This record gives sequence, structure tokens and C-alpha cells, in this order.
Amino acid sequence: MTNLTELTFEAAYNELEQIIAQLDSGELSLDDSVALFERGRQLATHCQSLLDNAELRVTQISVDG
Amino acid sequence: MFDIPSTLTITELTQYIRELFASDSRLGDVWVTGEVSNMRRAASGHCYFTLKDGGAELKCVLFRTDAQRQTAIPRDGDSIMAHGSIQVYVANGVYQLYVDRVRPVGVGDLYLQFEQLKQKLASEGLFDEERKRPLPLFPHKIGIVTSADAAAFQDVQNVLRRRYPLVEVILAPTLVQGADAPPKIVAALKALNQRDDLDAILVCRGGGSIEDLWAFNDERVARAIVASKVPVVSGVGHETDFTIADFAADLRAPTPSAAAELLTPDSYELRQRVLRYRRDLDDIISTLVGEKRRDLEDIDRTLKRASPAAQIRAYQQRLDDWNTRMIAAQRGRLAILRERLLSKQSALVSASPQAILNRGYAMVRRAADQSRVNAAADLRSNESIILQFHDGERKATSNSS
Repeated sequence: MTNLTELTFEAAYNELEQIIAQLDSGELSLDDSVALFERGRQLATHCQSLLDNAELRVTQISVDG
Repeated sequence: MFDIPSTLTITELTQYIRELFASDSRLGDVWVTGEVSNMRRAASGHCYFTLKDGGAELKCVLFRTDAQRQTAIPRDGDSIMAHGSIQVYVANGVYQLYVDRVRPVGVGDLYLQFEQLKQKLASEGLFDEERKRPLPLFPHKIGIVTSADAAAFQDVQNVLRRRYPLVEVILAPTLVQGADAPPKIVAALKALNQRDDLDAILVCRGGGSIEDLWAFNDERVARAIVASKVPVVSGVGHETDFTIADFAADLRAPTPSAAAELLTPDSYELRQRVLRYRRDLDDIISTLVGEKRRDLEDIDRTLKRASPAAQIRAYQQRLDDWNTRMIAAQRGRLAILRERLLSKQSALVSASPQAILNRGYAMVRRAADQSRVNAAADLRSNESIILQFHDGERKATSNSS
């Protein structure tokens, strides 16, 4: 698993969706479920903090022609 | 006798002419070009003017309701194209053009150019739906081709800031109007396509007249859009404006702001979804823990049922049971025995000599040796005997028989 702080919103969000789906399937051991649960909570927190702290960045490039 | 020719009234004649005009389909739907003069706008809101060219003049009327629908009311000296029907105004005996549409001259040519280019590019397959690429769900970086000073660019930034501030914007500034604009737009698209970190490109410009938007009806621009490595969203002008760039783009948005919206997810919605996932996580895990707890309880019960302790307890109980039953059985047997003993005893009592004596019998013994006499033949005559009654004895002597 990638370090949380390096994950983009997209990656974290997609992984969170996958975790929910995996947990929903109900075919996991308790240990695995609890581990996924922990990871899922961290991902959700990461997603929220990314949204909270996001600021639009605008860069202008020069165009020849 | 005078030969009196048949006459018509002026009204009859003029009405006849009016009918002639009205029955002519060509006159009912006509475009004419000319220069505007004698423009007069009446208090009623109707406009009256004359259209002329080098050789002739035509009276024109633009009624108030039609005038309101025009983007611009013609002024004296304007060269215009006017559409309408030629009718006869009976009261004045004049024919005039009843105008319902006005266009500056030249626009008609533009329109023709537009249609021709659109057909050409469409026939090449540039506008085919299969060519359109899907937009990324979560764009990281988007390129924007527009004028840096334009209100449209501000609008786009506002939308992005509100909807999805996670995105990074790379602006490739360009002219968006005038003859120099198309090559500049093409250059901006090329510059953005030299990068490999963009997820999509937004080409936009705010509203304006058809001439203002003309740069986006340029073939070079359309081809540059089609050639883009990443999907292009167009947002040019207002909702009613369609440009060639719109047809070439992977997605056409009605306005620049709408283009920014189509290109990005709504962070409010995303936030709600993340919150829901968080709740889902909690629900799933608490359900799971609940299930496991019940499983454990089941196992515990099964174990308890199977343990030797329970078996021993069961045996113990059975032993106790047997014990109780044995004791009870023994007690019963003893009671029966006691009962039997009592009945024997009473039988014994009722069979005793005393009991017989009590019933009125007497026992005979020889006085000499106390031996019992059981039969009359055993007694001799004059033998001394003792008669024993239940309450005492008496001496007697036997007589001869």
C-alpha cells in the first residue's frame, strides 16, 4: 500500500471505493476486514483533508506564434 | 350615345394589385440588400426606412414586435440584408417590404462559409461521435486556451475554485477575436500539447457577436482541436452559439463556466460521498464484529454442551436419580413387609387358644398330668379333669358315657 500522504485525491478515493466493495463482499477474515477498515478510515480522512486544503493553482505558459 | 367605358374605383384597383402581390410566392419570402436611408422610428415603436442601391429605392417597414427581435436596428448608411414580404399598402398606394429579419451585409457570406466548412469537416469524419474521447473523472491538470484578461477566464477560475480546487490550471493565453486569433489559438493548443501532464484542455471565450466568435469557426482551429492528444472541451459564447470548434471538440459546453463544470467533479458531492463511505465503513465493521461475537457465543454454547463436566454432571444426576428411586423402592418393599407382618400377627392372634376360649369354647386337661384331652374316647370314667374357660378353671369328673 502506498504511503497515504503521497496519494492523490483520485487514488485515495478509488482505493476507498474498492475497500468498501471488498468489505461489502463479506468474504474476508476478521483480521483482513479490520485492517481494511483502518486503511479505509485513513483514506477517508486523507480525502477530506485534501479537499479542505485545496487551493486552485494557476500557471501561465508562454506561447510562441 | 356615348360609349361609357367601365371604370374601377381607386380602392378596387389598388386592392386588385394587392391581391396580385399577395398571390406571388416569390414576393412573400424575399431577401434584399441595400443601404438604409430615411430611418425613422415612430412613437409606436415601428421603424420606417428606405433601402436603396444605385438604381432603385424600396420602402420598408419594421414593426415593433419584429424590431425587438433584431440584435441591431439598422441606421442610415448601413448596408443590410433584409428579409420579409412585399405587400401593397392600400391607403397610400405603395408597395413596401414588411421586414422581419435584418442582418448586416457580409454576415450572410459568413453563414455560407460556416455551413460549407461544417459540411466539409463533417464529411471527413472530424465530428463523428466515435472520435469523441471521454473526459477524466478527476482531472489533475487542465490546460486552458483563452484570453488571460477575459471575464470568461475569471468565470472559469471561479467555477474551478468552487467545484474542484484540487485541479491545477495551465493557461495558454491567446487572442480570441480577430483575424490573428486563429493562428494564436492553434499555437496555444500546440504549446499545451507539447506537455504530457495534462488531462484535458478547455478552449473558451465569452459571448459576442457572430463576427466576435468567428475565430472559432476557423478550419485551422478545428483541426488543432481534433489533433489534440488530450480531450478538448469547448465553451464559446452563449448557449445559442454553435461554432465549428464546438463540433470538433470532444465535448461542447454552452458557456465557459459550463465547460469548467463539465470538466470537473463537484467537491461538495465528493465530500458527501467520502462521508458516506466513512459511515459505510463503520456500519460494515460493527456488523462484522457483531456477527463474530454471535459466532463466538454459539461456539461457547457448543463447547459447554460437549464438555466432560456436563457429562459428569449428567451422570451424577442419573446416580442421584437412581439413588432416590432405590430408596423409594426399598421403602415401598419395607412397607409391604410390615403390612404383611401385621396381618399375620392378627391372624396369629385370632388363632390363639385364648381367642378360641373367648368365643365360648373350653379346653379339657387331665388333672393328674395336665395333658390335654382331645377326644371323648380318651377319657376313662370317673377321671378327674380340669375345664379351662377363658376366665378361669373348674374341676370336674367325667361320667361314663
